[in-house]
Order: sequence, then structure tokens, then C-alpha cells
Amino acid sequence: MNFEFTEEQLMIQQAARDYAQRELIKDVLERDAKAEFPADHIRNIAGLGFMGMMVDPKYDGSGMDTISYVLAMEELSKIDASVSVIVSVNNSLVCYGLEKFGTEEQKQKYLRPLASGKKIGAFLLSEPEAGSDATSQRTLAEDKGDYYLVNGTKNWITNANSASTYILIAQTHPDKKHKGINALIVDKDTPGISLGPHEDKMGMRSSDTHSVMFTDVKIPKANRIGDDGFGFKFAMQALEAGRIGIASQALGLASGALERSIAYSKERKAFGTIIANHQSVAFKLAEMAVKVENARNLCLKAAWLKDNHLSFGIASAMAKQYAADIAMEVTTEAVQIHGGYGYVKEYHVERLMREAKLTQIYEGTSEIQKIVISRDLLK
Amino acid sequence: MKILVLIGNVPDTTTKVKFNADKTAFDANGVQWIINPWDELALTRALELKETADSCIESIVVANVGRVETESTLRKALAVGADEAIRVDADPKDAFYVASQLAQVAIGFDLIFAGIEASDYNGAAVGGMLAELLAIQSVSAVSGIQLENGSLKINREIDGGSQTLAMNLPLLAIVQKGIAKEPRIPAMRGIMMARSKKLTVATPIEVEPLTSILSFELPAPKASCKLVAEDQAKELIRLLHEEAKVL
Repeated sequence: MNFEFTEEQLMIQQAARDYAQRELIKDVLERDAKAEFPADHIRNIAGLGFMGMMVDPKYDGSGMDTISYVLAMEELSKIDASVSVIVSVNNSLVCYGLEKFGTEEQKQKYLRPLASGKKIGAFLLSEPEAGSDATSQRTLAEDKGDYYLVNGTKNWITNANSASTYILIAQTHPDKKHKGINALIVDKDTPGISLGPHEDKMGMRSSDTHSVMFTDVKIPKANRIGDDGFGFKFAMQALEAGRIGIASQALGLASGALERSIAYSKERKAFGTIIANHQSVAFKLAEMAVKVENARNLCLKAAWLKDNHLSFGIASAMAKQYAADIAMEVTTEAVQIHGGYGYVKEYHVERLMREAKLTQIYEGTSEIQKIVISRDLLK
Repeated sequence: MKILVLIGNVPDTTTKVKFNADKTAFDANGVQWIINPWDELALTRALELKETADSCIESIVVANVGRVETESTLRKALAVGADEAIRVDADPKDAFYVASQLAQVAIGFDLIFAGIEASDYNGAAVGGMLAELLAIQSVSAVSGIQLENGSLKINREIDGGSQTLAMNLPLLAIVQKGIAKEPRIPAMRGIMMARSKKLTVATPIEVEPLTSILSFELPAPKASCKLVAEDQAKELIRLLHEEAKVL
């Protein structure tokens, strides 16, 4: 067993840290307040190779492993989870699925600009009445011979407005239930697509989230990923990979909150000494550190399994559930350690706490992860 | 034109400095190593020059004196865009020793960049010594460098102002902050390519260092701040006189 990172992995971690701590930090509070999309930052980190980290260089990706991806996601998320969710969706939901299951033509046309970050992707699965219950897709993709006719509404779509390419999950054969679902590649400017208003969210406010409405939208058959009826399986596999991204994001929120708490407790004085000298604070830090380390190990284990082409679905569910839950706990404790200062925006930890909440909800709630894990235990 | 950038391998600037038991050597245990910040800025400027005037700069080489573990620092320089690296396989004993080793490999370059000092021992000596050993001209405290049609324009800070010089090649430029805005972050493609770039290991020459370290001392810890109420001027004078001993 080897816990050492390679030189390249450490360089990527440092590159992500440098960008986050030098650039993202400058305007993260302002973007949070104004719910402003970080277009310049996404362009910059695309130039560094972060938007298609694990994609083969022959499709303009960076050709890195998933361990590097975990390290980079943690560093970006310590400072700005809005940026890291854009990175995560593009990398592990959109690029991963396209590279694994797309045809060569689809990869040339759609994967290349997504992997290089020239374009951004979005993953359209959730519906107003199909969140955790992803089998109940109501969006219809009727088979019309050489095209699908799509009607329906998708909800909570990250990158909905900024994306150029959508991966749409829709029902073609309702009688076959989830075996009738298809995954389609959709150009956002196809006639008949409209967006709902920008969702005014509690956290991750500078990522753009909208509902997306489809009215008689024609999608060429050539844009279907895999065989007819493969869509649900496709979505589940993409989500397995996506969970590693969001687990690493949750890890970054927790470790970022821990780092801020350590620094603050060594500066802030109460009762004649720095608060780190009070055992009530020191013990909190110790408990937070153990949780962060556990989450990191779970994320890296899932990444290692994926890199070694081993089954990683359960490991990624464990990483996602644990990291998201401890992110909520650790960020809440960070606010407590900061006291009144923790409750104001300038000190960042209240934002990390708001953002941590979403990691327990999206890309499979903590409860859904427990279903995945327990079903595997009990099968 | 060929450019050489000297690369110091130094502890991360946030390192908590410790020494060994007899205080004669820095305790490198658990230390993270980085490119000396001044050298990193020099490399950044060299890369900018190559990109803006690529017709005349054919390659940027980086060089250091250090053992095999310093190669990761050199590879970071390769990852951000240097074309090849040279490592003189020796422990950097003192400035003269380092300059003498570098003088063996710094031959045939038109322009050499040296950071004004290194953030570990802050000796500020290698650049000047190397220029002497190579018998080429050098200019210190360089805060700007432009290359126009093969001729070099140098800006340097002087007392109360700045100076602009036209310089001939070959030249060793000892650069300070301001030479480039901020160091570059390596792109992943660069990180992946770094390992395939040429890294030459050179055998050190026999040379005696001019200095040896007797012992290191950490600075005394900062005394805590004392607040004196605004109506207690006499007490302030007493403290400045008796405790701080500045009056």
C-alpha cells in the first residue's frame, strides 16, 4: 500500500491551490453576493487544463488520473465551491460519460470543445417530480424515425445558461420504465429550448442554476448515446463518477473550514490567551481534523479504484455520503469557533456552511447514497 | 538566443524554521521545497520574452546545484515552460561553491537570469560571483527587461528613482521583484510534458567553499504588545526607558 502522491499529482494540487488562493479568493465574496457566474475564472482554469482533467489528450483533455482530480477539486473547493461545481459537472458527469460511451463522431464534435473548456456542459436529469427517484422521467423523447421529439421540463440544472452542450436524460418508451430511457446530446441553441429564471440559491450562488423547458425540440438520432434504452444506465454510471467530484468538493469545504478555524484560533484571544489554548476549541479542531482525514481517504480510495478500472460505485457512494455529512458538521463547527465573526460574510466560514448543505442534496442525497450502500450490503 | 535561468531550491516560505541539535544545519524534515521566488519571477519574465520575441529566443534552460531530490523543483520549472534543465549533482555549500559549479554549465548562453537573492540564506551573492567567474558583464537590481530587435533594455531601481540602460550581450541580469507580475501556474499539459524534457545531470568540480557555518540562531520571539492608556504618558515613558530601553 502506498499513500504517497506522485510528483505530477502534487504539482496539480499546487496549481489548483495557487489559482484558488491567488485568484478565486479575490472576488469570491462579491460573486457570492451578486450570484455572478465566474466566466473569467472558468476561462483561466480551462487554460490550465481543469475542465477536462481526465479526458484523453487526443480529445483535448489533460489525461490526468482521478487522484489528481480529487486533489484539485479539494483545493478549488476550499475557496470557491461555485467554481468547483462547474468543474465537477463538466469533468465527471459530462466529459466522463461522453468519453466512455460516446461514438467517435460524438467525441470529435462534442467532447473536444468540452474537454478543452472552450465550451461548458450540463447534465439534465432532475425533473420537478423526479429528483431522487430518477426512474420517473416525464420528459419525453418520442422516436420520430431519424430524430427524437422532446417535450418536458428539467430542474436544478447546473451550468444551464452558461453551457453550450447538454446531456439530456429523457423517456422514449414509458411502458419499459427505466429501460426505455435515453441519453441525448443536445445543442443548447436548438429551437424550442427555453430557460426558467436563475435560481436564487442559499449557497454556490455564482454557479448558474435554472430549469430548462423543452417544447417540440428535435434532436437527431445520431446524438443518442449508446443503444436505445441505455439512458438510465448511462446516467447512473455518470453519477457514480460524479459522486467522486462532489465528495471531493465536500472534502474541500470541510478542509477549508478547518484551515480557517486553525488560523483563527491561533490569533483570537479570549480569557487572556489564544482560543486554541482552550481545550473546548482544541478538541473541536481535533474532531474536525479526523473527519476531514476520513473523508479524504474515502475520496482517494474511490478515485484509486476508478483509476485501476475496479468497481468504484459503492466506494464513491460512501465518499459522497460521508464527505457531505461531515462537511456540514465541520463547517458548522467552524462558524462556532469563529463566534460572531463566523456569522459575518467577511470570514468566509458562513459561506462554506451554506455551500456544504448542497453537497448533502445534489447528485444523490445522503439518503440515496445510504440506499446504494445498504442495497449492496444486503444483496 | 539562449537564456539560462538559475533556479534555487528553497523551503516553502511558510516553513517553520528549525535546526539540528547542535544548531549547525537546517532541519529539512517535512519541509516542502519550492523554486526560489525571485528565480520563479525571472523564469516567468524569460518565458514572456520568448513568447513575445520567439524568433530570437531559441531555448530557455534552467540550472541548479543540488542533489536528486531537487529535481522536482527543476521539473516544476520545466512544467511552466522551460525547455531543458541542468542539475549539478552536489550539495550547495556556499555562494562561491554554487557559483563555481554553475560556471561549468553556464557557458554559451547569451542572457543569464539570477534572482537577486534566495529566500533561504538571503546571501545575494551567486549572481555577481557567477558573472565574475564567467568574465561577462552583469547588472544588478533589475526590475524590468525588454528585448527589441535583439537589443536589450534594462530598468533598474536606484536611490530615489529608476535607471534605463541599453546593454550588450552576453549579460547576467540579477533580478528583483517587479521583473514579472507574478509567477506562472503550470498548466496540466506542461506538467505532463515536464518528465519528457531533457534534464542533464552534471558532475561537480572540485572547489573549496569560502565559508563554513558555525551555528544558527533563531531570532528572539516577539514580545507581546503592551497597551498603555492614553492618559498614562508617564507610564509609557517609563516603559520605553526601563523595559524597551529605547529612551
